Amino acid sequence: MAELHLKSWRFRAEREADWRRLETLLAKADKGGAAKLGRDEILEIPLLYRQALSSLSVARSISLDQSLVGYLESLCARAYFFVYGARTRLPERLARFFRHDWPAAVQALWRETLASLAMSVVATVVAYVLVRRDGDWFYSFIDPGTASGRDPMTSTQALRHTLYDKPQTAAQGLSELASFLFAHNAQIAIFAFALGFALCLPTAALMVLNGAMLGAFLALFASRGLGFEAGGWLMIHGTTELFAIVLSGAAGFSIGWAVAFPGERSRVDAASEAGRRAATAMAGVVVMLFVAGVLEGFGRQLIQRDLARYGVALAMLTGWLTYFYWPRKAAP
Amino acid sequence: MSVQGSVQGVVGRIRGLKFNRAPGDDWRELVTPEGVDLRLKVGSFVERCVALLLDFLILLGGLIAFSLAALLAAWATKATWVGEALTVVWLLGVFVIRNFYFLIFEIQPQAATPGKRAMGLRVVAADGGRLTADAVFARNAMREVEVFLPLGFLFAQGQGVDGALTALGAIWSGVFVIFPLFNRDRRRLGDLAAGTMVVKTPKKLLRPDLADTERAAAQGTAFTHAQLDAYGVKELHVLEEVLRAGDRKAIAEVARRIRTKIAWDGPTDVPDRTFLNAYYAGLRGRLESRMLFGRRRKDKFDVD
Repeated sequence: MAELHLKSWRFRAEREADWRRLETLLAKADKGGAAKLGRDEILEIPLLYRQALSSLSVARSISLDQSLVGYLESLCARAYFFVYGARTRLPERLARFFRHDWPAAVQALWRETLASLAMSVVATVVAYVLVRRDGDWFYSFIDPGTASGRDPMTSTQALRHTLYDKPQTAAQGLSELASFLFAHNAQIAIFAFALGFALCLPTAALMVLNGAMLGAFLALFASRGLGFEAGGWLMIHGTTELFAIVLSGAAGFSIGWAVAFPGERSRVDAASEAGRRAATAMAGVVVMLFVAGVLEGFGRQLIQRDLARYGVALAMLTGWLTYFYWPRKAAP
Repeated sequence: MSVQGSVQGVVGRIRGLKFNRAPGDDWRELVTPEGVDLRLKVGSFVERCVALLLDFLILLGGLIAFSLAALLAAWATKATWVGEALTVVWLLGVFVIRNFYFLIFEIQPQAATPGKRAMGLRVVAADGGRLTADAVFARNAMREVEVFLPLGFLFAQGQGVDGALTALGAIWSGVFVIFPLFNRDRRRLGDLAAGTMVVKTPKKLLRPDLADTERAAAQGTAFTHAQLDAYGVKELHVLEEVLRAGDRKAIAEVARRIRTKIAWDGPTDVPDRTFLNAYYAGLRGRLESRMLFGRRRKDKFDVD
């Protein structure tokens, strides 16, 4: 009797059990994650997946049963998501990130890092010179909210106060500030990265703005003879924080550059490749900002001597530079 | 399928018209590393907006619960240092939630936030490869510009020049929001940067095969080749849909038309459904066997 059946009917009857089996396994995995599956079942899935894929190819060429082809497509897609889904064992991933991925991503961005650094430095110098010449420039670079009482109208005594005095509520108040600044700076850094997409320009603007703010602050303190002290106050966390912001700018530039000048690849491919590399660097930037926040909130309050502050700043900078640019073997 | 598509595309370009796809066709090819094209349905703009809205509601709910718990703890202990420590925890918590909520859910095997899961969506690598944690991070870091920046402009207040600047900023950043509407894969900037896209999670059941030729033959409904040559693949698929939908009126109407078309002279007492089932099986058998010989008959007008 079997000869009476259609080829496609027999095709389905022969393989249906395997498809059902794959479906059951996938349902089990969906419910409780891969951990729910036994060892044998895990090994079974890729085999069944390839079988289903080949069934799909055959079904497309010999069967006119729409519902069968639709079912196989959906089954294969589900199995594909399982087989090729994101595999992330968090501890392993983190170790790999710190040992290899992050420094490699930063190294790959060296050109952009230099560009972004140059922009910040030029902006800092320009703002410094302008504010030293005419104090009114200060207000063009810094809005009153950020200045929080540190502007040209403030007395020298009060300015000195902001550099050394602990606020009334001691360390807690500052840790609060640190966490706020951490969140705020991380947000700015992510902006600098994300805006790079618009052909680098907004990122460049952010770098210049950030540099100009720094220059204006330094000029204000320098005009009262507090330049050295302000440097220590700023740099203890600044070497880490500014480095992080420069890197986030570099990450943004690399995407913008890939969009503007994709080379031989398509614009979309170039952007996505640059985007993934830059995103790795960015994840690291958030870590750096966290370190900066801790240094700012706690280190600066505990260390009151200028030279010690400079020492910490230098140590941090050397540490970061060594970590990022020390030559190392390529990862397997 | 794909040959047909590319031919259509060529024709479209020749005529100077852009119709690489039929309107409403949102199927995309996704070629697996094994070289098989799994056709996937792209998540529509509306579905993705709803998913985002759901996620925001969840975030907001979480934030409110978190804040209430913090306030309660501060009020219960009445110690100022506890209050301050809690503020730190709260600020960091908000930051973590805002930036990592999407990331943490999308690196799971389901590759979808609760909102996406509710809408039946998931994230895939656009090139068919493995979805990496880096890609997920990149697509979610971009969310900052696409979602939070326009929101920021929306809530920003300003007068005079500031107001004008805010308005300009809102328009400029608004471009990012509607960006997915301007490419066929409905990818937003983050998807482009990360090389990902959002698709519908397919879930179809295996339904019984309609072509049970053995039974049809037993019931005395056999068709001649001439009768089976009346239709092509397109009509077969319509017939399959009608049979699966099971609407009695439609079945009666279709059966009547087919009987007229093929000049049916067999037993007249066969119920419509049985008749259509038998005709479906016969037609499919005829078309499939001709397909094996390299002749795929598109529709009833495709005569050789």
